[in-house]
Amino acid sequence: MSKTDLTRRGLLKTSAIAGAGVALPTIFTASSAAAFTNEPTGDTVTLGFNVPQTGPYADEGADELRAYELAVEHLNGGGDGGMMNTFSSNALQGNGIMGKKVEYVTGDTQTKADAARASAKSMIEKDGAVMITGGSSSGVAVAVQALCQEAGVIFMAGLTHSNDTTGKDRKANGFRHFFNSYMSGAALAPVLANAYGTDRKAYHLTADYNWGYTTEEAVRASTEAMGWETVAAVKTPLTQTDFSSYIAPVLQSGADTLVLNHYGGNMVNSLTNAVQFGLRDKQVNGKDFQIVVPLYSRLMAKGAGENVKGIFGSTNWHWSLQDEGSKAFVKSFGTKYGFPPSQAAHTCYVQAMLYADAVERAGSFNPCAVVEALEGFEFDGMGNGPTLYRAEDHQCFKDVLVVKGKENPESEFDLLEIVEVTPVDQVTYAPDHPQMGGADATLGECNDGA
Amino acid sequence: MLGLDKKDFRLLLIVIAITLLAPFILNPFPEGSGMAQFNAGYPDLMQRFVIYGIFAIGFNILFGLTGYLSFGHAAFLGVGSYAAIWMMKLVTLNVIPAIILGVIIAGLFALAVGYISLRRSGIYFSILTLAFAQMSYALAYSVLTPITGGETGLQIKATDSPLLSNLEPGQIGRANLFGMDMRAGFDLSFGDWLFTINAGYYIAAVFMILAFYLSIRIFRSPFGTMLRAVKSNQTRMYYTGLNARPYTLAAFVISGMYAGLAGGLLVAMDTQAGPERMFWTASGEVVLMTILGGAGTLIGPVLGSGAIKYMENILSKINKDILHEWFAFMPDGLEDFIIAIVYPFIGKGWHLTLGLIFMAVVIFLPGGLVEGGQRIGRLLRGKKANPNDDKATQSTPAE
Repeated sequence: MSKTDLTRRGLLKTSAIAGAGVALPTIFTASSAAAFTNEPTGDTVTLGFNVPQTGPYADEGADELRAYELAVEHLNGGGDGGMMNTFSSNALQGNGIMGKKVEYVTGDTQTKADAARASAKSMIEKDGAVMITGGSSSGVAVAVQALCQEAGVIFMAGLTHSNDTTGKDRKANGFRHFFNSYMSGAALAPVLANAYGTDRKAYHLTADYNWGYTTEEAVRASTEAMGWETVAAVKTPLTQTDFSSYIAPVLQSGADTLVLNHYGGNMVNSLTNAVQFGLRDKQVNGKDFQIVVPLYSRLMAKGAGENVKGIFGSTNWHWSLQDEGSKAFVKSFGTKYGFPPSQAAHTCYVQAMLYADAVERAGSFNPCAVVEALEGFEFDGMGNGPTLYRAEDHQCFKDVLVVKGKENPESEFDLLEIVEVTPVDQVTYAPDHPQMGGADATLGECNDGA
Repeated sequence: MLGLDKKDFRLLLIVIAITLLAPFILNPFPEGSGMAQFNAGYPDLMQRFVIYGIFAIGFNILFGLTGYLSFGHAAFLGVGSYAAIWMMKLVTLNVIPAIILGVIIAGLFALAVGYISLRRSGIYFSILTLAFAQMSYALAYSVLTPITGGETGLQIKATDSPLLSNLEPGQIGRANLFGMDMRAGFDLSFGDWLFTINAGYYIAAVFMILAFYLSIRIFRSPFGTMLRAVKSNQTRMYYTGLNARPYTLAAFVISGMYAGLAGGLLVAMDTQAGPERMFWTASGEVVLMTILGGAGTLIGPVLGSGAIKYMENILSKINKDILHEWFAFMPDGLEDFIIAIVYPFIGKGWHLTLGLIFMAVVIFLPGGLVEGGQRIGRLLRGKKANPNDDKATQSTPAE
């Protein structure tokens, strides 16, 4: 290295020492002053929105971010208030959270656990975020949830469907509003039995990672309980883009139903392949061949185009719902952005609102107080009907939508139609259900970082 | 001193000073000011700077000296991470054994991969290493889920109770160094300036200084000269009766162990390991770091890794709102226009900026940021570029 660096360093060092001399009396250790991690002391409070902005789920991430921006606007009293007006709890006044103006920082999870943790850590360590929310994959959700538990901030999960998030990997500081694999299976099974009969032979294609496993397990358990038989379950690599070699053996297996435990691009490709192979025109065992997609999203339906017509799946929320909450949300989202929100946007918006409301009710930003306020919290008016945040696993329990691809869509957003709203009782399970990690899974103690 | 000549010793001292003063150097802007956005002196990022610095230093021993471009180095980082986290889950929460195990396992894995891959050179070698890395990634992501935790990865849980620790039931273990928590530390505030002193960072920094020292010694040793001979003309080496394989294999294993050290440290600082660490983009990243900083130079890889991690963590967090704040003084139309131009390069567009900088460096500064520094240094000293001087310090660009 050259000499100039040395003098530059010298300069820096001298100025640092000079600065130290001047400011010496003000030295204090900040950690002793705060009661919990990132206690907001000024007249603002910072929330961290950690969403995938690049990578395979960037579309979902962009929609999540739009929802968060809308939520912040509403919390600070801007816009038309959206679901704040229909929310059953009236703690929120539109003057920020506890009178503090809501500010936010954003980060890119890249749908990688490492990157997501790095960006969440920078929000906590650098920007002083008191709550982290967002994400579009279960791996990321589990990783960031564990980080928030360690650091002593609240994590409000975004789009994460795997059982593990509030199952075996549940944490006291983490909360999930989105539904999960078990609920998908439980909601779908009766509808499938009605539509296709109880003596079907199912063939599963499963994305080879955690979410795929839990979804396959849940759908198998629920359909087998109705009398279906599972002929085979084949795992497909996550990076697979051409599924023809996996589709071909399906017909030879004697199965008459294909279950695609795929999400995002995987589902778009596998469904397209299956339809191109003419599976849906085939007759097996004297029945029409059918395809089922356990987890649907509008963005996926858009990708698969024509092929989704008439195919059953489940979803957390859909913009065509006609309750007051959904209508208010679709209206204010549509006014701001010009198109209806996706289910990812909905769950993120609701999570931000629920957090803000819990802080108001608890009267404190302290994570442990917030946990207490959210545990066992019953609310309504957020688009899913009466909902319970269960204390044992921090999972929301609410009605689940069974949808199918619309035969005659009227617009590019109108791709799914709601077949049935499965009541919450039907999708409720015991907190120590074997699919949820059994009796070993515990939340642990809430951590406020003090 | 320490077996180094004067120039190298000075470089080592500079590196030591910069790493030790990093919490101050990286936080040049007062808290709450508009420029605080660009502060990088928070523990997580500082730890990443030094850890990826180690990773790049190790990669440079292989790539910079022998010219063998491994495109699968992230596999060793990942293997080191998994080894370290299992050590912590099962045996002890002290980070030292975990790091040591990470280095050893990564070294063994590098021995196996290197033994096979080094039978070929050039592009075939790169492809072989890439294949191994992608294979490891696929194994970790799905096939070996019981060992690696699959997509979700591994963390220390409340149910883990390592043999040599006495945790209360339900307590989640934390990484420590003989009882000192990695996240221990304190904040220093001088007026508006806030500096965070963090135990984990200094532990990682000590490892990086040691790794850097070792790399200087390797560069200056007869062994290092042999490795350079491999790079300049391997065929001639064979004709003179020298077998290059043991040298390249040794370099490969050393560099794999550096990666394992980085992996172990990543786990020590943040007790989590996931398969994305082994994905090919992670392998590509270390190649970028090394070339951006200056392949074959001592300090280059550290600079390169710092630059990339800075962009990834700081640039990517600038969103539209922050831009609006910055340019609020402008008239509305102009403000929107400027933001429309700047926006694609920040936030989620940080990859684009990285790409442009990388292209600029490769085209105009083939010797990387180090060459840039040298040119600026010469300019300041008012000397004309001396061709001899140039040859002595600058490496040949990557082949």
